[in-house]
Amino acid sequence: MSGYLATIRVRPKAEVRDPQGEAVAGALRSLGMDVADVRMGKEIVVRFAASDESAARAAANKMGDELLANPVIEEFAVQVVQVVQVVQVVQEAAE
Amino acid sequence: MRVAVLRFPGTWSENDFAHALSLVGAEPEILWHADADLRGYDAAIVPGGFTYGDYLRAGAIAAISPAAAELRRAAAEGMPILGSCNGFQILCEIGLLPGALVRNRHLEFRCDWVHLRIERERTPFSAGLRGEIVRMPIAHGEGCWVADELTLARVEANGQVVFRYTDARGAATPGSNPNGSTANIAGVANEAGNVVGLMPHPERCSEELLGGTDGRRVLEALTASRHIVMAPASVQ
Repeated sequence: MSGYLATIRVRPKAEVRDPQGEAVAGALRSLGMDVADVRMGKEIVVRFAASDESAARAAANKMGDELLANPVIEEFAVQVVQVVQVVQVVQEAAE
Repeated sequence: MRVAVLRFPGTWSENDFAHALSLVGAEPEILWHADADLRGYDAAIVPGGFTYGDYLRAGAIAAISPAAAELRRAAAEGMPILGSCNGFQILCEIGLLPGALVRNRHLEFRCDWVHLRIERERTPFSAGLRGEIVRMPIAHGEGCWVADELTLARVEANGQVVFRYTDARGAATPGSNPNGSTANIAGVANEAGNVVGLMPHPERCSEELLGGTDGRRVLEALTASRHIVMAPASVQ
């Protein structure tokens, strides 16, 4: 098992209106910034162990599907990187 | 009629619902979500609140509780299930009701009284009330009901819209929509009609002391419905 860090980025689907993004766009414009559009989502960073990168990616996608994003209104993208530090943590936990 | 009222961490309307249910002659019992067993009950209520702090999305974490599987099972067997406010959000997150509830379009938390037109009769919570204009309180920040065009068309065609925000005369105007909900939709049912969700709080308007009794009519419809065999949804 190796340690992985998955970054799951959840954002409102293109057809779903994003009032938070609209409010932030208005605020940025009030600061004199020429902003056409703002969309707001959330970033969820998860540290876990997996046998390899494809297993880690599958696990992160499962997290997105089953909890982190609501497919009615949101879409998500997953980025997975292997991290050394987690391996030590996982090994320590196992000992 | 035995009615299960579910309690999750952060539920806050369970006692009000239990009180309102007892006013209409039902026997309410508050059940802790983690070990909720709905067998032996005639109906279930998912009350309002801020379960799990509304973290992630309103209702999202409650929707993976063991109670969710139990609600799915009971819903499939035809049990009348009502979700109000956060309970509506939870039933949508579970997938028992269509659409989703997102941040109010104006971004404000809205605590107010609204008028609703009851659009559909064939649910245990609206039997005999079609066409009635009722007045109920709302208190939410994420009550804007949205769905994709296909879902919206299906929900309208199937008669799954149960409550719509209107003015006092029953006209669904933009001004009477408190949160930007699509087509002024305040509450929907599943296709079978036994599961209903709405953002307003019927339990908070079940006594004159509280400023209105229209919510009581929704609960009376439930207690009166136990002998009514639900007709299938009017599919085109």
